Amino acid sequence: MTTDLSSVLDSVPREPGSAKPDPILKVSNVRRSFGGLVAVDVDHLEVQRGVITALIGPNGAGKTTFFNLLTNFDNPDTGSRTFEGRDLQGIPAHKVANLGMVRTFQLTKSLSRMTVIDNMRLGATRQIGESLSKALLPFTWKRQEAEVTARADELLERFKLSHMREEYAGTLSGGQRKLLEMARALMVQPTMVMLDEPMAGVNPALKQSLLDHVKGLRDQGMTVLFVEHDMDMVQEISDWVVVMAEGRIIAEGPPSSIANNQAVVDAYLGSHHDSALNLEGSE
Amino acid sequence: MDLVAILENTARGLFGEQFIYFALAAIGLNMHYGYTGLLNFGQAVFMAAGAYGLSMAVVTLGLNFWIGLVLGIVVFPLILALIMGVPTLRLRADYLAIVTIASSEMFRIIARSPSLDRWTGSSDGLTAFANDFYDMSPFQAGERYFFGLFIGNQMWVVLVGWILLAIVVTLVWAMMRSPWGRVLRAIREDEDAARSLGKNAYWFKMQALMLGGMFGALGGMLRAIGTQSSQPQNFITDVTFFAWVALILGGVAKIGGPVLGAAILYGVLSFTDIVLRQMVESGIIPNSIMDGTQVGQVRFMLIGIGLVSLAILRPQGVLGTKEEMALDDH
Amino acid sequence: MLREQTLMSRAGNCIRAGMAIAAVVFLLALPSGPTHAQEGGAEVKGSLTYKDASGEKIAVEGVVFTANDESGSQAGTATSGTDGSWLIQLPPGTYSVELDVSTLPDGVVLKNPDKNPAEVRLVEGNSKSSLFPLVMGSAAPAASEDSGATASESSGDVVETTATVNESSTSGNIRVIQLLVDGLKLGLIIAMCAIGLSLIYGTTGLTNFAHGEAVTFGAVLGYLLNVTGVFGFRIPLIFATVVIVVVCGAFGGAFNKVVWARMRRRGSSLVAALVVSIGFSILFRYVILYFFGGRAKRFRDYQIQEQWDLGWFRLAPKDLALMVVSLVVLIGVASGLQFTRMGKAMRAVSDNRDLAESSGIDVERVIALVWIFGSALAGLGGVLFGVTEAISWEMGFRVLLLMFAGVTLGGLGTAYGALFGSIIVGVFIQLSTLVIPPDMKNVGALLMLVVILLVRPQGLLGRSERIG
Repeated sequence: MTTDLSSVLDSVPREPGSAKPDPILKVSNVRRSFGGLVAVDVDHLEVQRGVITALIGPNGAGKTTFFNLLTNFDNPDTGSRTFEGRDLQGIPAHKVANLGMVRTFQLTKSLSRMTVIDNMRLGATRQIGESLSKALLPFTWKRQEAEVTARADELLERFKLSHMREEYAGTLSGGQRKLLEMARALMVQPTMVMLDEPMAGVNPALKQSLLDHVKGLRDQGMTVLFVEHDMDMVQEISDWVVVMAEGRIIAEGPPSSIANNQAVVDAYLGSHHDSALNLEGSE
Repeated sequence: MDLVAILENTARGLFGEQFIYFALAAIGLNMHYGYTGLLNFGQAVFMAAGAYGLSMAVVTLGLNFWIGLVLGIVVFPLILALIMGVPTLRLRADYLAIVTIASSEMFRIIARSPSLDRWTGSSDGLTAFANDFYDMSPFQAGERYFFGLFIGNQMWVVLVGWILLAIVVTLVWAMMRSPWGRVLRAIREDEDAARSLGKNAYWFKMQALMLGGMFGALGGMLRAIGTQSSQPQNFITDVTFFAWVALILGGVAKIGGPVLGAAILYGVLSFTDIVLRQMVESGIIPNSIMDGTQVGQVRFMLIGIGLVSLAILRPQGVLGTKEEMALDDH
Repeated sequence: MLREQTLMSRAGNCIRAGMAIAAVVFLLALPSGPTHAQEGGAEVKGSLTYKDASGEKIAVEGVVFTANDESGSQAGTATSGTDGSWLIQLPPGTYSVELDVSTLPDGVVLKNPDKNPAEVRLVEGNSKSSLFPLVMGSAAPAASEDSGATASESSGDVVETTATVNESSTSGNIRVIQLLVDGLKLGLIIAMCAIGLSLIYGTTGLTNFAHGEAVTFGAVLGYLLNVTGVFGFRIPLIFATVVIVVVCGAFGGAFNKVVWARMRRRGSSLVAALVVSIGFSILFRYVILYFFGGRAKRFRDYQIQEQWDLGWFRLAPKDLALMVVSLVVLIGVASGLQFTRMGKAMRAVSDNRDLAESSGIDVERVIALVWIFGSALAGLGGVLFGVTEAISWEMGFRVLLLMFAGVTLGGLGTAYGALFGSIIVGVFIQLSTLVIPPDMKNVGALLMLVVILLVRPQGLLGRSERIG
């Protein structure tokens, strides 16, 4: 599986801003500054469909800001972004989700005072009962609700959260919350999943299962873009790595090529004098 | 000390008119804060919208009573919600708080302005607009009803109030267990999460603001009908916090919370009010310490103390549990 | 009552000043103002009407009014005519005008019996309306359910009655310039009150709704020292002010220590903190009302001063002094924030609390000082408000909303933004009376607040990432 997918990328030049054979997401000249500080300044980036792309970089490289710009949770000062050929400029964040791009957050946003199953149900899009006029007429949405619940239960089963179904999400452990957030994102039935540090704060026992789930997304045909510090994870599951430093993209390539890239080594050494590229636990 | 009068007054507080007005207003606040996380500190203005919507329609514009009802319950609150919500609902929660409390002040200035007297009646307000309502009363004006607690017209207001209260509670209950209510609760928990899942948080918040405002307007309109007058001083800024105390006291995000809270609050206020009044009148409390006007001020102090102590000591209220929803959460 | 009187006279002034500038006359679509009083004299007058059950206005004839001067002797009397109007001509001074209740027709009573007699201050060439609202019935509404709310109506409304009482229409003052100067004065005082609000917000994230009560407290304390006196000794306002600033600062510090520091330690949510601050605001406000009463009062010192005619505008000496004092204080605060170690620490904590903490700043100590300074400044602002306008139990709450407008305009949490925004708000309020009735001028400022949030929610000086 992995081999034929990454072979698609074999012919792609290993340089920042390189064109991909089948890009799902394209970014050009995106700039975002706060006050006088330029946080993101990306000339060009394409993300290949159906593969797992990792976005890495030292602290303060602008990864999360860039992530917010890609999902329209923030607006760039200039530049354009297209998803599946559609211009994202001016589209509100919630519509981006409806287009099929769903994101998670660095600090998990499990809805603590709602049950796990309600968290899941919320993820389903185009729910009839979410319109106020229909809300008071349960017969209009009861059937859809049952379908949504069935799908939610299936996912909870897959993510091994079924036993927590009726618990408040606030009672889950950190790792379980990450799982719940990922499962909830899948309720949207996305074509592209954006994960902001999916491994942060997850205990090692759960890590492997999270990794498998991420790989599972690709196997089901979804595109994954994730921000991560954990280089083990990057090495193990990503097909392509994009490196950011000081708001710019400084390198791109398959994971094996990145560790030897001089620009990347310099960027990391510049910000962490005593840590090399092995970034595990560097934050 | 007249024990019967004390008991009667307390009972009137527990389920009389004031209880109904503020239970409705607090249900609106529950929709805003309890379910959606919106900080509305201007519920009094929504109440005023209901009161003035009806009275201006009938007195100023000479329209039909029923058109006045629609203006007061639907049109005025919706416009108000748009004015308050459009600038603030995209921003952090305390901006709505500031704008709503500022709206209260704007209402006070505008409603009392002599230059608008022919529209609003300025400080004196508008009167005699609810005759159509009382014409429908099945009760005899001179008679006493419900264990002698309410006289005819009062009984009619209270009865209609109870029915409205039951309808509104059922409505909120039904809405909050629908997928729509689920989205509201998700927004309360984390707006960004809701947006990342494709929910138009801004629009849902606006709907909640409108709906909760309409419940407030209903309470305010009933208050205007009950007193047959719309007067600015019945809807001053501090009135909002009577509803807030009722909400927190009963339990935020609980269906029955605002109703129970309003009953307890008005029970306590009416009890202290009459006891103090009797003590002042009989000279147990000398006039140098407290006079008749000052008795009225004590209830506002109690509201202040209530807000402070509830927020610190029991943020989950009577019905609430810490796990589900409390004022103190993050 | 006092408020309504001043409003009426102000409306009159508008008209008269408006005559001078023909261009603005058509904007002031107000009912015609009171006529000029005789030169060298003044008059108090009114029109006595009530509304009957159908809302029809009915004039009340034959009601007797008496004006007594400060010594209690009768200075003039009048009886209302067929149209309900009455007028007493008097030399300038302070009078107590009383309506003889026994001459009222049956079934009509005073709406606010506690405001009869009414206190009226007359300045040369001035005409004042004294309103005695009447209602049908036999009992005053004070006996109704919310009698506390009724009390709020009886307050003298401070912010709305800027010192225009002394204004007269003699020379060629330019109205725009006059309003600009009045606005600057108002803005400077708002700014002084708002610095604490903004710094507390910046350092702790709390929007402190009880900050307005620090303003009221300062003014009321001033009244206590200057008018009521301590052990029979009335302290001149200038010395009293020193005491007030110290007491208010100490009170702010104690408030922080007893309530807010504890809430921060407990990690209470911001909403709980907001609600607590509102609770204290209401509690303090009504405790002040309980002891101070609902009527607006004035200090003994600097009551009435002859205004200097400076060509384009008029200014009373006390107003000049007040503006100089606030300017000096504000410049002092600004340079303190800019150059002293503590000032830098305050700005650092406002900017980024965690960063400040990790670089060795004692954040809790900074916050405590912010509370002390902020409350002291608010107390001083209260005294200045009391001097230029009047002292009332609600004054702080009114000012609080103008502070919100100023702070939001300047940028929430930035100290300089608060200064800058408040001054703009003050000027805006006064200038807005060119187009809207003066009794509604604060609405303009509050509407501006709403518009700012729509257009530039981070304020003029704020940075965009602080909000949203």
